Amino acid sequence: MLNLNLKTTPFHERTSALCQPQNWRKWAGYFAAGSYEHTLDREYWAIRNAAALIDVSPLIKYVIKGRDAAALLHRVTTRNIHKMSVGQVFYTGWCDEEGKMIDDGTVTRFDETTFRLTAAEPNLRWLMMNAVGMDVEISEVTDDVAALSFQGPNTRKVLNKVTEKPVDELKYFRLMTNKINGVEVTISRTGYTGDLGYEIWMDAKDALPVWDKLMEVGGDYGISPVGILAMDMARVEAGLFMLDVDYTSASHAWIESQKSSPFELGLDWTVALDKPGYFVGRRALEKEKREGSAWKMVGLAVDWVGMEKLFGKVGLPPQIPGSAVRASLPVMVGNVQVGYASTSTWSPLLKTYIALAHLQKPYYEIGTDVRMEITVEHHRQYAPAKVVKLPFYEPEWKKR
Amino acid sequence: MTSSNTYDAIIIGGGHNGLVAGAYLARAGKKVVVLERRPIVGGAAVTEEIFPGYKFTEFSYVVSLLRPEIIRDLELPKHGLKILPLPSTFTPMENGDYLAAWDDHDLTRRELYRHSPKDAEAYDEYARVMARAAKAIKPIINLIPPDPSSMSIRDLMGLLKVGQYAASLSEKELYMVAKLATQSSADLLEEWFEFDALKGTKAASGIIGTYLGPRSPGTAYVLLHHYMGEIDGAFRAWGFAKNGSGGVSGAIYNATQALGVEVRVNASVQQVKVKGGRAVGVILENGDELDSKVVMSAADPKRTFLQFVEQKHLPDDFVTSIQNFRTRGSSGKVNIALSKLPNFTALPYTGNGANSVLHRGAVSISPSIDYIERAYDDAKYGQISKRPYIDMIFPSMIDPDMAPPGHHVMSCFVQYAPYDLEGGWNDQRRDELGEAVIATIEQYAPNIRECIVGMQVISPKDIERIAGITGGNIFHGELLLHQIFFLRPAPQWADFRTPLKGYYFGASGAHPGGGVMGAPGMLAAKEILKDGF
Repeated sequence: MLNLNLKTTPFHERTSALCQPQNWRKWAGYFAAGSYEHTLDREYWAIRNAAALIDVSPLIKYVIKGRDAAALLHRVTTRNIHKMSVGQVFYTGWCDEEGKMIDDGTVTRFDETTFRLTAAEPNLRWLMMNAVGMDVEISEVTDDVAALSFQGPNTRKVLNKVTEKPVDELKYFRLMTNKINGVEVTISRTGYTGDLGYEIWMDAKDALPVWDKLMEVGGDYGISPVGILAMDMARVEAGLFMLDVDYTSASHAWIESQKSSPFELGLDWTVALDKPGYFVGRRALEKEKREGSAWKMVGLAVDWVGMEKLFGKVGLPPQIPGSAVRASLPVMVGNVQVGYASTSTWSPLLKTYIALAHLQKPYYEIGTDVRMEITVEHHRQYAPAKVVKLPFYEPEWKKR
Repeated sequence: MTSSNTYDAIIIGGGHNGLVAGAYLARAGKKVVVLERRPIVGGAAVTEEIFPGYKFTEFSYVVSLLRPEIIRDLELPKHGLKILPLPSTFTPMENGDYLAAWDDHDLTRRELYRHSPKDAEAYDEYARVMARAAKAIKPIINLIPPDPSSMSIRDLMGLLKVGQYAASLSEKELYMVAKLATQSSADLLEEWFEFDALKGTKAASGIIGTYLGPRSPGTAYVLLHHYMGEIDGAFRAWGFAKNGSGGVSGAIYNATQALGVEVRVNASVQQVKVKGGRAVGVILENGDELDSKVVMSAADPKRTFLQFVEQKHLPDDFVTSIQNFRTRGSSGKVNIALSKLPNFTALPYTGNGANSVLHRGAVSISPSIDYIERAYDDAKYGQISKRPYIDMIFPSMIDPDMAPPGHHVMSCFVQYAPYDLEGGWNDQRRDELGEAVIATIEQYAPNIRECIVGMQVISPKDIERIAGITGGNIFHGELLLHQIFFLRPAPQWADFRTPLKGYYFGASGAHPGGGVMGAPGMLAAKEILKDGF
C-alpha cells in the first residue's frame, strides 16, 4: 500500500506520545519533534541546566570499512585521519576541489579499519567517487542505527546511574562501548549544544529500552525530551552552524558566491594543511590560507539599548521571536551592506539577541560596530550590533 | 588610619542591592568595600542547606524583575546566573477540582473555558489592559523619580517624561490606571470575572507583602505592580534562579569579585561617621573604623536613617517620614524538605511524580477572594491566619540540584503571619504557623505529612532577626501608593540621595521597590557616580 508519510525514527512510539504540540519537523525525511511542549523554555533550560534527551536518529550515517578506509577519509575530509586513535571522534568538514564546503559531520574510529561518518545530507555518491580503486566498503546505516543526543550538565550523573561502566573517564570527543538496560550501546562525548553532552548510538531494534531507562532514571535529574527548536537556540549560542541554514553546500550552490570555504566558516582548526599527501581541495585551501579569506562567519551581539530605542519610537517594548530565526538579515556599516546574519536568536541565558553572521573583510574583526536589520512593526530598521568571538557561550564543564 | 581602611565608597549591606551597587561603582573604577553583618552575603536572597542535601531558598524565592541590563552589564551569566522558567500556576479548589494557568495561551484558555466561558473571554482583554497599564508605568521604573515640588531642570524633564507616557495612553487606559491606583483588587477583579478560584488567585498577587486584604483599597495597584513581571515575560527575567535566590546573590557576588570589590562578612556597622555635615566613613561594631568619600546603605530605611545615623544629622520632617514608613511584615515562609512529592487529589501524579507538570510551577492556595479576606481578618486582630494564603513552589522540580535525587524541597510563602502577633512570636507560635500551613495543604494533598523530612518556619520576626529587615517586610516597606515613586522612602528624597551629604540609599525601601530586581542598587550607584567624587 502506498504510504507517503515521513519515516518514523525508532523512538517514535515514545516521542509521539510525548510531543504535546505535534509540531513535527521534517529532518532528512523523518519526523523530528519540533518541541515536546508548547513553549520552548523548559526544553532550552533542560539543555543548559539539567539533561536534554534529543532523538537525532535522522542523522545520516555511513560505515566505512576496509584496508583503505582511513585513506579514503584522509582524502575526503580536511582532518589528518592518520593521526586519529581508535575510540576517537573528529569533527570535520569536507570540500570540493575548489576548497568549498560540501557538508560537515563527525568521523568516529571504531578500530584500525572501521569508521563511521555522519552527515547532514546524503554523501554516498561523493564518497564512492573518491573511493575508486580503494579497498573499502561504504554502507549507509541511517535506518539501522538509532541515536540519542543527551545534552546538559546533569547528563554524566544520569549516565553513571544507567550504564554498566561509568562514563567519568570518557573524554571530550572520545567514544566507548557500554550497556544500558541490557542493550549494547556506544557512547561518544559529542553534541550540538556546546554543553556537557553525549551521543548514544544503538541498534535500532534496541532503541526503546534505552530511551525508557534514561527517562526513568533521569526524572530525578531534570531530564526532559527536547526537540530540534530548543536545540537550534543552544547551537547558535555555541557558535555551531547548520548546513542549508548558515551555509550552502558547494554541491547545491547555483552561483559561486553561495559557496563557503572552511576558513570562512571559522573551521581553520579542522583544516590540516600540514597533513601528508593529497586531499580534496588542498590547493585552493592553501591559497586561501596564504591570501586570507574574503568572508568570515562571526558572532553578532545586538545592542539592547539600541533595539529599545527603535521599538520605543513606535511605543513598543522590543519584540523578540520565541525561537531561532533562520532568515537572512542584512548587516550594514554606514549605508553599505557588508554581510548578512543567517541565524539569529534570543539567548535566554545571556539575555542577549545574538546572531551568526557572514561579514566581508575587514568588518569581521572582533569588536567591529555594525548594524543588523530588524523589523519594527512592519518597518525595516537597523539595530546597532557588535562583532564578538564565537562561541557566545561555553561553560567550563563542556570539556572537563 | 591605614590606607587599607580607606575607600572611595563604603556600602552597608551585602544583599543583592548592595552587591549590585558595589559592582557598578567598581566598574567605574572606584575602590569599594561592601560590609555584610552576616557570615554570608545575599541578605534576603540567600540559599542555605538547613538540612544536609536540601537547599532552601530561605526568604525570597522567585526572581521577579531582575533588570536585564544588570544581567548584561555585570555579565551575570558568566558568573553563574541562570533564571529558570516557572511555567504554570495551579490552584486546587475546595470541591476537588482545580484551576490551572499554563504558559501557553491556548492551553490556559481551554482550561478556563472548562470553568467559565465568560471568564475565558474576559481573560484575554483583562490581560491586555493590565499589560498596557503596566507598560505605561514601567518606563517610570527606570527614571529617577522627579520631585513635583522642585523646579530643577532634571525634575522638570523627569515630570515631562512621565507626562508623555501618560499622554500616550488612550482615554480608556488612563481611566483604567486611575482606577487601579485607587481600587481594591477585589473590586477590580469582580468587574471582570465570575469564577471564584480565578478571582482568588489573581487577588492574591494584590496582597503580597502588604498588610492589607483583597478588599482594601490600594491593592489593585499592587496587582498591577506584579503585572510588570509579565510584560517582561518575553525576556524571561522572571522565574526561579538556579540554586534559588542565593544563586542570584552568588552570581552578583562573583561579579563583584571579578571587578575587585572588597566584600567583608561578619562586619556589622554600628554607625556612619559624620564630619562637617558629610558622611565620611563607618564605625563597625568591633570598633574598626573605615573611611570613604561616600557611604551607601542597602539596609532597610529605618536602620539606614534611624540606627546608623544620629538623628541630629537629619531634618525632623525627614525623620518623621521614616518613622512613619510602614514596614510591618505580614508574611512568613515555611521551607520543607521532602522525601517525595505531595500528591494533590485534584490532579494526582503517577510514579514518583518526576513528570508531574503541576509541581514544576507554582501551587496557589487561593480558592476565592473570601478565603483570602478571611485570612486577613485573623491578621487584622494580630492572629496567624487559620487558613492562610499559600504560594508554593517545588524548587527541586525546576532545578534538580536543589535536593538529593528523588527527594524534593518545597517553598511555601504564607500570608498572613503578622509581625506584631498578639502575645509575641515564640517557638510555640512558630510551630502554630507551620501547622496552619501543613493542615491547609493537607486538605488538598492528604499525603503531605508523610513526605516531610524536615521543616523550617520563618516568621516576620525571623526575617528581621536573620536578614536584618526591620519589621520583616519582604519589600523593606509595603508597596502602597503612598510609599512608592517620589514618596519612597520619603518625600523629596526619592533620588537615592539623603539629607546627609555623601550618604546614599539604594535598597528595596528606595525607588522602585522590592523584589529581587536590583534596580535600587543600580540606580543609586549611577546617581552616586553622577555626583562625582
